[in-house]
Amino acid sequence: MGYTAVKGGLDAILAAEALISNSTDRLDPSQVERGAQLLVDQVMGEGGLYAPSLAALAIAQAEGDPIEAAFLLRAYRSTLPRLGYTLPADGRRMRVVRRISSTFKDIPGGQLLGRTRDYTQRLLDLDGRIAAKMQANTPAVPTAIDDEWPSFPSVIDMLREEGLVAPASDELTEPADITRDALRFPAPRSARLQALARGETGFIVAVGYSAQRGMGAAHPTIAELRSGELPIQIQHPLTHDPVTLGRIHLTEVEMINHTAGGVGGATIVGGEETPAVQFDLGYGMALGRNERKAIAMSIIDASMNIAGNSGPAADEEFVLSHCDSLESSGFVEHLKLPHYVTFQSALDRVRFRRLAELSKQDKSHSVG
Amino acid sequence: MTAEQQESATPQLTALAGNPEAYNYAFLDEVSKREIRRALLKAVAIPGYQVPFGSREMPIARGWGSGGLQVTLATIGPDDTLKVIDQGTDAGVNAVNIRRLVERTAPGVTTTYNTAEATLIQSRHRFPEEPLRDDQIMVLQVPLPEPLRMVEPRESVTRQLHAEADYTRVWVHLYEDVITNGEISRAAGYPVLVNKRYIMSPSPIPRWDIAKLHQSASLTLLGAGREKRIYAVPPYTDVIPLDFEDYPFRVESFVGKHCARCGATDTYLDEIIIDNGERLYACSDTAHCDERLAAHAGGNA
Repeated sequence: MGYTAVKGGLDAILAAEALISNSTDRLDPSQVERGAQLLVDQVMGEGGLYAPSLAALAIAQAEGDPIEAAFLLRAYRSTLPRLGYTLPADGRRMRVVRRISSTFKDIPGGQLLGRTRDYTQRLLDLDGRIAAKMQANTPAVPTAIDDEWPSFPSVIDMLREEGLVAPASDELTEPADITRDALRFPAPRSARLQALARGETGFIVAVGYSAQRGMGAAHPTIAELRSGELPIQIQHPLTHDPVTLGRIHLTEVEMINHTAGGVGGATIVGGEETPAVQFDLGYGMALGRNERKAIAMSIIDASMNIAGNSGPAADEEFVLSHCDSLESSGFVEHLKLPHYVTFQSALDRVRFRRLAELSKQDKSHSVG
Repeated sequence: MTAEQQESATPQLTALAGNPEAYNYAFLDEVSKREIRRALLKAVAIPGYQVPFGSREMPIARGWGSGGLQVTLATIGPDDTLKVIDQGTDAGVNAVNIRRLVERTAPGVTTTYNTAEATLIQSRHRFPEEPLRDDQIMVLQVPLPEPLRMVEPRESVTRQLHAEADYTRVWVHLYEDVITNGEISRAAGYPVLVNKRYIMSPSPIPRWDIAKLHQSASLTLLGAGREKRIYAVPPYTDVIPLDFEDYPFRVESFVGKHCARCGATDTYLDEIIIDNGERLYACSDTAHCDERLAAHAGGNA
């Protein structure tokens, strides 16, 4: 006897909280919102909530950890009642600020490089020259968004007219809602796309990459990547007219898959008499300008659309069950919790077995 | 839209939106609570069956008791007395944190360390040592609800196996375990058959606690937040650990050991290595241990 059990859990966690809240190094959320837009975009996507200022607050509060910030957004989001659903938002109505196609050199409406780091030289601004130049430049006047904004026809629509891509389903079934109903497998495509859109950027990119490298059949080409603001509408509860609530910035990718022959080959449709070969299609969407996630998501969607495909990207249950950053990081980090009871139970098993083996050895010695 | 229509529409929307400045009672909005309660009712009606539900994100991390917490918050009211334990102790950091969250978001709830006083007990991986009554509800946090995961990783397949009560692969797995390891080597979270129908994971409670589930007077609710499943063992239900006649189920052995605090020889013990390297044992259920100590002190006085 004489042993005193460890107590004081409350004191310990209050002290740990104080170590965080006493820090004077917290970022200013408005600075985050302006100066770390791509991080804000990533956190809004993984947090499943389009709210740039709240995402910026979350990032500042989380010391810049995107997963912790997405966690804060989601926990806040789940306290908000669901008042309604928007009308389907068609990407063709996007106010495009950037638009590229890798399938054709020129496309109706033209390629629009827009604001991208793709062709910048990745040199650290050690001498401050870039920063000085940015200060000298007068800030760009925001372009007024009005109804005169040029509309860009969809590249996929042109391929559809030629019959090279299966026509879009005009069946308007009610989409799944993975925040209200648990995912079950096989999942409807709407649930798949929702889960991928909320998936952790790093995971989605890695899985998409694995398909590109040959873990499964996917040879993707970007039919179209477009980024810009999309009006979001609801149906007015009384007049039933569409009412625009506002616009959200997002990036949309339509991916063509063109493997030939064997698994992952272009799909043959039209029956034996008139076989027609078509491309497979994948769709990706990310909030803000998170282009790499939208591209990777479209590779994964395409991989899952290919009948008989294999590899991690085509494995719906594997990808969708493991892509959520809150779930993966929560469970991995829960290993920091005490496991005394369960470990004691495991110790009991191992010791019992060792004793059994020892007694077996003893018996064989005495016989010998 | 006429002004009249507008007027009639506005208050309704405001009521639905709630007060954005304040969290709802017990954190979750009422629609979410209702959904969780429906899942709970279904779970009670089909003992051991895993009911999928739209698990909400909570202010504590996935994998840290978010499922148990949703069950607690959807069930609790101002008249309840709550006890929260983690690995047997009320004072563990995660137990403290969950208790603190419920206190903050559900005003009126009383909290206690005393098992007999509690109307609702949320626990991670332990049952209290003393038997529960029929006016108490036990809520267990569940990391991996699927007991068939050990033989089949896919939910689409395990769902069918449960539906058909096809548990052949589990039995073969346990048999192979005996052949390889000399006994069924599953430590905590030992699979059980509930109400002679569903194989269920009891959550990672030690084998010591399995008997407490069998024909328990109390209702047991199990919540897996990350895996989005709720299941239940109603009062007075058969809960039988899977075993073989010649390799019977065996609980953890503490033969020759006793609690270094209260001297108990009939409780689940934590093994402790103290500063000089010596090994000691102490009750995992610290509230029970404290009560025994207090009773001793009272007797001595």
